[in-house]
Amino acid sequence: MRDYRTPTARVKGLGSAHEGTGHWLSQRFSAVALVPLTLWLMISLASHLGDTRAEIQQWLSNPLVAIVFTLGLIAAFYHARLGIQVVIEDYIHDKAAKIVSLLGMQFMLLAFGVGAVFAVWKMALG
Amino acid sequence: MAHAPERSRPLSPHLQIYKPQITSVLSILHRITGVINMGGLLILAAWLIAASISDNAYAQMQWLMGSLLGMAALVVWSWTVFYHLCNGIRHLFWDMGKGFEIAQVTRSGQIVLLVSGLLTVITWAIAAQG
Repeated sequence: MRDYRTPTARVKGLGSAHEGTGHWLSQRFSAVALVPLTLWLMISLASHLGDTRAEIQQWLSNPLVAIVFTLGLIAAFYHARLGIQVVIEDYIHDKAAKIVSLLGMQFMLLAFGVGAVFAVWKMALG
Repeated sequence: MAHAPERSRPLSPHLQIYKPQITSVLSILHRITGVINMGGLLILAAWLIAASISDNAYAQMQWLMGSLLGMAALVVWSWTVFYHLCNGIRHLFWDMGKGFEIAQVTRSGQIVLLVSGLLTVITWAIAAQG
């Protein structure tokens, strides 16, 4: 089939919406990172489920734990933001409701994500 | 655009027309588990924040998570995380153009169900060990 696109358009690799590729790739990058991080996080959380607060602090005071935990939180919150964005865009068609949902979702995830990372480091260094 | 007059037209078949199959059910489950996982992530964040605030805040969070409802939510959440993880790996293989034959799709779907169930059991066995 004949390609009607200009060479520039082909090099940029973007569709008619001029976006989407970046979103798609970011979702995959974070997904790949989350494969080992999620396994580690779930097993770790399971083994610390009934811990006292002091035991949790003791656990997080290991720098490696705090760093990997932080990486997991960043990847998970970022991946959630990308995924929920698509769900909202698919199901909410009213323009105002869509914008409000997208903003609300992103503010909420950012607030909880920053809060979680801060909590980890407060305990890690405290 | 002018409003078209109401006429009785045949509609294209939608969800209720099709018999649920492993392909379609696992597909929508990926999205549903993804949304549930976000909820679990928010609870994890709340748990961390509570632990960083005070003994009292942490005790309340532990009480909530240790309640019957809290434990049930954690069990469901652990499976939705593992399902989304395993099915996500299935998606990554599809992204590389692998495993598109119907037989392969069915088989990989069965593997996802089996492995996500196994990982859930292993996780709770670890949790039970303390």
